[in-house]
Amino acid sequence: MRRIYFDHAATTKVDPEVKKAMLPYLGDKFGNPSSIFYKEGQDAHKAIDESREKVAEFLNAKVEEIIFTSGGTESDNLALKGIFEANKNKGNHIIVSSVEHHAILHSCQYLEKYHGAKVTYLPVDKCGIVAIEDLKKAITTKTILVSIMYVNNEVGTIEPIAEIGKLLKNLNQKRENRIYFHTDAVQGAGYLDCDLQKLGVDALSMSAHKIYGPKGVGVLYLRKGIPFVPQAQGGGQEGGKRAGTENVAGIVGLAKAIELIKQNKKETGRIENLRNKLVEGILKTVPDAIFTGSKIGPNRLISSASFCFKNVEGESLLMSLDQAGIASSSGSACTSGSLDPSHVLIAMGLKPEVAHGSLRLTLGKENTENEVDYFLKVLPGIVKRLRTISPF
Amino acid sequence: MAQMYTKKVIEHFTNPKNMGQIKNPSGTGTVGNPVCGDIMKVYIKVKKNKQGEEYIDDIKFQTLGCGAAIATSSVVTELAKGKKLKNATKISKKEITKELGGLPPQKLHCSLLADRALVKAIDNYHQKIKKK
Repeated sequence: MRRIYFDHAATTKVDPEVKKAMLPYLGDKFGNPSSIFYKEGQDAHKAIDESREKVAEFLNAKVEEIIFTSGGTESDNLALKGIFEANKNKGNHIIVSSVEHHAILHSCQYLEKYHGAKVTYLPVDKCGIVAIEDLKKAITTKTILVSIMYVNNEVGTIEPIAEIGKLLKNLNQKRENRIYFHTDAVQGAGYLDCDLQKLGVDALSMSAHKIYGPKGVGVLYLRKGIPFVPQAQGGGQEGGKRAGTENVAGIVGLAKAIELIKQNKKETGRIENLRNKLVEGILKTVPDAIFTGSKIGPNRLISSASFCFKNVEGESLLMSLDQAGIASSSGSACTSGSLDPSHVLIAMGLKPEVAHGSLRLTLGKENTENEVDYFLKVLPGIVKRLRTISPF
Repeated sequence: MAQMYTKKVIEHFTNPKNMGQIKNPSGTGTVGNPVCGDIMKVYIKVKKNKQGEEYIDDIKFQTLGCGAAIATSSVVTELAKGKKLKNATKISKKEITKELGGLPPQKLHCSLLADRALVKAIDNYHQKIKKK
């Protein structure tokens, strides 16, 4: 049975062109980019340089502002820890949203526990959106860093990054302590405008494997001149900001994936239509289903659909869907590995018993209408069976 | 997710045994809570055999929960059906887990829940007959 993959927020399949671009660097072009005194090293170095240029162009940044990392999580960690450590003499207050990815939240908790940081976790409304007013109120003279994700990974809600960037820019003009602004753009890079000048961010995280690139490589954009303490010491790679022999094949793959974003944008209309059909179909055929996150529209990622089904548990839903050949994800406690349901759904005001019945579907460029139709055909029966087993 | 489960767990998840309700049950036991996400309800019908010993003539379960929750509640009803009450109370979470061929560590608590649901149903039966 052909598999249907509806979990692009978790990861995506490497595009054949990306794989093609990477292969030489897994073969004959195996040099270490730091070995610049001979051909093999020079070739590798050139590959990274060209990749860096492509990334910088995509973000409208300077090449020296691009740091290659091992992925979104490292970029998030690096942004928070590197900026905090360098600026903690000026202030120790960080503001993030309560729906950030764990890479941000747990980095904050780490900084609170071991480095004396004070963190404000901004509430969100029932759509998952941060209120600019709440951010304004939370800012103090000791605030040095704000980090708000571009798009939420669970519910596809798009945060008002450019607006926040403007606010902080204005505030910074009158402040002694500059507030630095980071955004986790891991889920947004494939579909949204990442022109940094428009977003007004000082730092931005990106990950290759969410945009049809390989796992194990990502980007941290860090604006020139920002005080920053590197977190990995060693051979001085990445302009001294992140030591370690570069993942050449991965970086080349990442750059290719970024190049393809423009091309893939042609698909966005089609993907959006599929997503809309999916949402409409589910709400029509499955009783007691609610759509979570921002309404379909400008504040919602076009590929994202998320629901909570009453009296259905998330893991059971995923298992049943898997048996029907479908890959998807959930915010239930059982799928999180802890006893707590999704912090995102809870922050949006959903009760735990509702959050346990969550389903996240994120589409991608290879998904077809047939797949959506098949999904709509099997889901109602799956939900019905689980509800029959339940005592409610 | 399914990879972490044994074939037996998947089998019980896909084709649960004794799933449903009993009209006029002798006892019922509900455990778990909506906050943690697993809720199991066990219904038992108790009869007396020729020797006058109480045994579980029929048993059914209903569960809202993950794969392990459904599987452990299905197994506990299989293990308990037909057993004398005094033996049914001896069914342990270890036995339930063994019957399933093992559970991932983070799912062991489901076998405990299933065990407790059965015990609660039996206790409920005892309380009912005391009242009579």
